[in-house]
Amino acid sequence: MPNFKSVAPKATFTIYNSPSSDSESETVEFQGYSFGAPVSCSGEAVFTTSLVGYPESMTDPSYKGQILVFTQPLIGNYGVPSGEERDEFNLLKYLESPHIHVRGIVVAEYAWKYSHWTAVESLASWCQRENVTAIGGVDTRAVVQILREQGSSPSTIAVQGSFVPKPVKPETDLVKTVSTKKPFFVKASSSVKTPFNVALIDCGVKENIIRCLAQRGANVTVFPHDYPITSVANQFDGIFISNGPGDPVQCMESTVPELKKLLGIDTLQELPIFGICLGHQLLALASGAKTVKLGYGNRAHNIPALDLTTGQCHITSQNHGYAVDVETLPKNEYKAFFQNLNDKSNEGMIHVSKPIFSTQFHPEAKGGPRDSAVLFDKYFDNMAYYKAIKGNKIKYTLNSASLDTERVL
Amino acid sequence: MSTSIYSSTEPTISAFNSDAYSPQLVEGVESVLIIGSGGLSIGQAGEFDYSGSQAIKALKEANKKTILVNPNIATNQTSHSLADEIYYLPVTPEYITYIIERERPDAILLTFGGQTGLNCGVALDKAGVLAKYNIKVLGTPIKTLETSEDRDLFAQALKEIDIPTAESIACETIDAALEAAEIVGFPVIVRSAYALGGLGSGFANDAQEMKQLASQSLSLSPQILVEKSLKGWKEVEYEVVRDRVGNCITVCNMENFDPLGIHTGDSIVFAPSQTLSDEEFHMLRSAAIKIIRHLGVIGECNVQYALSPDSLDYRVIEVNARLSRSSALASKATGYPLAYTAAKIALGYTLPELPNPITKTTVANFEPSLDYIVAKIPRWDLAKFQHVNRSVGSAMKSVGEVMAIGRNFEEAFQKAIRQIDPSFIGFQGSDEFDDLDDALSEPTDRRWLAVGQALIHEGYSVERVHDLTKIDSWFLYKCMNIVDMYKDLEKVNDLKSLDEELLQDAKKLGFSDAQIALCLNKNSNSKTSELEVRSYRKSFGIVPFVKRIDTLAAEFPAQTNYLYTTYNATKSDIVFNENGVLVLGSGVYRIGSSVEFDWCAVNTTKALRKEGKKTIMINYNPETVSTDFDEVDRLYFEELSFERVMDIYELENSEGCVISMGGQLPQNIALKLLHNGASILGTSPEDIDNAENRHKFSTILDSIGVNQPEWSELTSVEDAKKFANQVGYPVLIRPSYVLSGAAMSVVVGEHELEVKLTSASDVSPDHPVVMSKFIEGAQEIDVDAVAHNGAVLLHAISEHVENAGVHSGDATLVLPPQNLSQDIKDRLKEIADKVAKAWNITGPFNMQIIKDDRDEGVSLKVIECNIRASRSFPFVSKVLGVNFIEAAVQAFLNKDVPAAVNLMDKSYEYVATKVPQFSFTRLAGADPFLGVEMASTGEVASFGSNALESYWTAIQSTMNFNVPLPPSGILFGGDLSKHFLGEVVKYIAPLGYHLYATNDETKQYLEAFTNGVPVELIEFPKNDKRKLRELFQAKDISAVFNLAARRAETLDDVDYVMRRNAIDFALPLFNEPQTAMLFAKSLSQKLSEKLEVLGSKDVIVPHEVRTWSEYLHGKPL
Repeated sequence: MPNFKSVAPKATFTIYNSPSSDSESETVEFQGYSFGAPVSCSGEAVFTTSLVGYPESMTDPSYKGQILVFTQPLIGNYGVPSGEERDEFNLLKYLESPHIHVRGIVVAEYAWKYSHWTAVESLASWCQRENVTAIGGVDTRAVVQILREQGSSPSTIAVQGSFVPKPVKPETDLVKTVSTKKPFFVKASSSVKTPFNVALIDCGVKENIIRCLAQRGANVTVFPHDYPITSVANQFDGIFISNGPGDPVQCMESTVPELKKLLGIDTLQELPIFGICLGHQLLALASGAKTVKLGYGNRAHNIPALDLTTGQCHITSQNHGYAVDVETLPKNEYKAFFQNLNDKSNEGMIHVSKPIFSTQFHPEAKGGPRDSAVLFDKYFDNMAYYKAIKGNKIKYTLNSASLDTERVL
Repeated sequence: MSTSIYSSTEPTISAFNSDAYSPQLVEGVESVLIIGSGGLSIGQAGEFDYSGSQAIKALKEANKKTILVNPNIATNQTSHSLADEIYYLPVTPEYITYIIERERPDAILLTFGGQTGLNCGVALDKAGVLAKYNIKVLGTPIKTLETSEDRDLFAQALKEIDIPTAESIACETIDAALEAAEIVGFPVIVRSAYALGGLGSGFANDAQEMKQLASQSLSLSPQILVEKSLKGWKEVEYEVVRDRVGNCITVCNMENFDPLGIHTGDSIVFAPSQTLSDEEFHMLRSAAIKIIRHLGVIGECNVQYALSPDSLDYRVIEVNARLSRSSALASKATGYPLAYTAAKIALGYTLPELPNPITKTTVANFEPSLDYIVAKIPRWDLAKFQHVNRSVGSAMKSVGEVMAIGRNFEEAFQKAIRQIDPSFIGFQGSDEFDDLDDALSEPTDRRWLAVGQALIHEGYSVERVHDLTKIDSWFLYKCMNIVDMYKDLEKVNDLKSLDEELLQDAKKLGFSDAQIALCLNKNSNSKTSELEVRSYRKSFGIVPFVKRIDTLAAEFPAQTNYLYTTYNATKSDIVFNENGVLVLGSGVYRIGSSVEFDWCAVNTTKALRKEGKKTIMINYNPETVSTDFDEVDRLYFEELSFERVMDIYELENSEGCVISMGGQLPQNIALKLLHNGASILGTSPEDIDNAENRHKFSTILDSIGVNQPEWSELTSVEDAKKFANQVGYPVLIRPSYVLSGAAMSVVVGEHELEVKLTSASDVSPDHPVVMSKFIEGAQEIDVDAVAHNGAVLLHAISEHVENAGVHSGDATLVLPPQNLSQDIKDRLKEIADKVAKAWNITGPFNMQIIKDDRDEGVSLKVIECNIRASRSFPFVSKVLGVNFIEAAVQAFLNKDVPAAVNLMDKSYEYVATKVPQFSFTRLAGADPFLGVEMASTGEVASFGSNALESYWTAIQSTMNFNVPLPPSGILFGGDLSKHFLGEVVKYIAPLGYHLYATNDETKQYLEAFTNGVPVELIEFPKNDKRKLRELFQAKDISAVFNLAARRAETLDDVDYVMRRNAIDFALPLFNEPQTAMLFAKSLSQKLSEKLEVLGSKDVIVPHEVRTWSEYLHGKPL
């Protein structure tokens, strides 16, 4: 059996102080070995403390363009499941989108051999197919200590024998690269007699969000992030705003004004809205609140979020670099819904009278804990109420049969 | 069901770091009774000292008065520095009732004393005691405890929430069990309700096996459960915490290396799980939370699953609604103090109201993230027992466990293997297996060695080993990385050719310096030593890095002192600026070294801190208090090998090292540490070596005029025979370095001597054997002492009840001594003085001395001397009320050294007796016989106004000891050539029992002593377990006295069968003459009082029910 590590090309992971600096005094280098694509890469280094779920994280569009550092020291153990297999909703059975979105991954140790009943290939071969850089042999704990102090940082992974790009500032306009180009339609479970209709604004949605909606009995029409949602909103029982990558202010010219408009439509004051992660931030911006960049973000599966309306504390899955500044929420309209008990950052908001709420964390999990999945039930309760008061006034007139059945990229 | 003791079960936004903080605690609770777990036994060991200690700490912080019942005198929790009041009494519903009557506690904690504590709680509730005294059960309510313990209720409860359990059918007869097995289909697993660590459980593949298993299990439990076997599935555990308002977290999950079928306590375990996908991980996590919410646990709980290896199918195997072995492991693996948190929750705190004790700034309501991997391996001592069945399965057999931390599998696994026993070099094979495929497919205590043998030496593929063992291939692939490294290293012929990168990689895979040296020497003539590898590696700057365990993978800064070393790093987390004193702990609990050394280590660090020293603990045992991060300034969860201790010593620039408090293990590396420049506190290892080396030891004793049995060091069988004939048989033979009697044996004749010296060991000039005259029938005495610069400061003299020949660890000890004249005591002190002087002792030492009165006059002969703390140090310290360890530390430091005092000249109003705790029940087949090899797994001690009362209480404190009550039957057997059995029956005959014997000879012998009371002869169906059981039931046999002179040679020896079945039917067994006579005497004196107390409607509190502080008139230690 070959010693894989000994034949793997050498690689270097470099963390920069700022994008403009390339003097050596302002960088920290970690030597390791490459096990992914034989290309170097550049991106914003962020870390996750999750213990499982690398296929889910790597295909989460919210990680677009980033270099992801895993603190779990052994990665690749259970290989990679099929990216083709689909479930009853025609959604990807195992992955959160069809492709890897991180630009590179940094791990302490890569498992050259995997073992799992769902695995179809190794993490290395997947990275190679998807042209994603991967470095192993790095003291990821030391990396976290740097990122914790200086915040998410520009970084590069240089693979021996390939061109090394310069460190870059985090890209700003990422949503449009991951959002579907055309609307597509996902049908509710066939067992559901009278499905709800949900309009989902796709800023980089995870498959499992769509599944959580479809499973509970909603036909989900997924729209591009810049779709004029107000033109169709009256056809739906609820609006959903998805997660997505980067700084929410990138959507100030697209999704945010459209949402602002939506919130102002008199006839739609009772329309249920649910936003997750970037969706939460966009809703907050549309409501007049502000967002801030966190030092190093929250990317983990173990973060306590206290429900300020009930006192219940949920363990949540998170992946965000920005947060809503709770002080800027319009006081008579929204109140804080959840709070991060570790750093006290905002984890959600809820409208004081309307069926609108959003969370910073990911109730759909994948990966991570499923404690807060009940929020989807809450959303469905809101839609049921809305449907009941509206009677048969809500008419879905789009021709769903003509729509695509999966995201269009 | 009674209403909740908690005023509210509605969540609030009260968080510890918020303005809304307003905990609603249980009201009206000022005093809390804590139920301990008693003597250490297989299935219930040191982990409950750790969890109980944490609970007491949490209660003290809340200003509650803590009352502890636990007869385990060697524990840390039974110290006044922790509990306010301590009762060294039996942990039984009976005695707890007496304590409740006296103390009237407001509340009780039941979930910190293992299965024993939990069972007592359920029994006290059933008997109405808790209601009568209006005692609040803190934490998980009784109803939930009952549901989790009763398989039917449990399966029903889980059905209600659609959680799958293994289908199980409750049976009360063997026929019903056979029928049930047919229904669920073979193979089946049998479990018994209310049993410790799976006692009475097992697998059956067909009706024949089922019959046998069911009869054995039904003898232990009135009800057994028959379930479909899920052999080959993965076994995964979750540790879950829930507060009174329903907030839940899973603190850790763990995956067994061994597939389902081996008790989790006997499994090799890794944390966190390594082969589970997100979907599997969170499916089981969600189920665990759903379960404990449904059951209503308030505190900590563990859920064990079987997970299909090729689908999302799973079953719940078991739920333990209490702190457990696994929860102790999870606490140490994550740094999250589960027991402490569970105790806080029991008081009414919610999870958001508690800070994470590690970070202090973040909240306890979170789930630890691990940036390392933890390996746990059990330690078995099965080789110490004769006739024992070595297979491991659903009943736990291991006596201890180790935990190792690394940044990859290989590092953690190899560390853990070496921690199990220093004779293992790392992942390795063994050529002991006749049929390797069998050894792989049938799990035993040595299966990992079979895996090593197959992969390293026999060329088995991962697939083949997986097919045979069902161990997940991922683990085996990782083992192959070690195999490949062996091959790479073995290609290198000498140190100079070993390149830096290969060396670095070997260290990253957890190879020790000694292991690397062995590889280099394998295919060459090089004689590279461990030390040469060490200095070569240091020349490249290859040294380990130190990382913190901080519960959150460095996400937030945390100044924790919980550390481990790794080569898979490029930076250390800490600065080495404290120059602390290194204290070496005792390592894995095993027969001969257990919680008593943990007490010594903890007290050493306490004393050092008191004297203003910074302390560094090295230990790797997850069951201990010494590995609690708040006991020391720095805690290294690390190997106690020379290599690692020296690494840490050098990194920390330590000012000195304590090697005499952790038992034999640290002592064994003391000389090497010294020779490599470490400063050792206390007696010089050179002098210690003079005591450990039998030849040097005996020579010095001769030179200072201290007697010892005739001895000689011999290098040939011929010389050995000559010596034996000269001093007369029996003789004792032993190697130089002795650990708990291993390899030591008593030989009665020439033939046996020949066999022992040729087949069991090899005698040569390189391997001399030391032989000494074995003196029979003599009293043995233990002297524990502390000296300073060769002068004795403190000493204690404990009498053994058993005569010499029973290992001192298995002996019953009485303190202060009751049968020694002033003259003998003075002479013993004189010997201690001479020995202290001769070895220039500073610190603790212990001697075993026999009082030889065969000839005119009494001669005192030293048979053993250990210049270190012994297992009786906590006993003597606590009985005399003087902390011997603290004095030893002051002697080490030459600071605040107490004046010498003769504690044996004082008079004491009380007597304490220490009694061994055996675990024969657990060790199917093992012969319950006492000899020079130690067999006990723990000890208990009780106080009394006199020796009889203290023994009477102590013996009842051993686990599951039920005093036989007339008119039940007592069975007698064994050696009739001596008068002992007659003495015993003389006491017992008038008490109204039915007396039985199995042969006419015994009957005749006994009746000569019974003064007319008849002895009934019974047929003894020694080969039919079921008939035996029926016989024992029909005759209502409630105790067995079998005083065999010799260990059984064969399995159909009638005395063996009698002893073994007393154990299998959970009856008190007396197998040694002196203790048998003592018990018979106690019974004759105490029985009438017992009957009166038990028969009374009012609670009469017996005389022995007094606190430790009442006996001592103060609260020392």
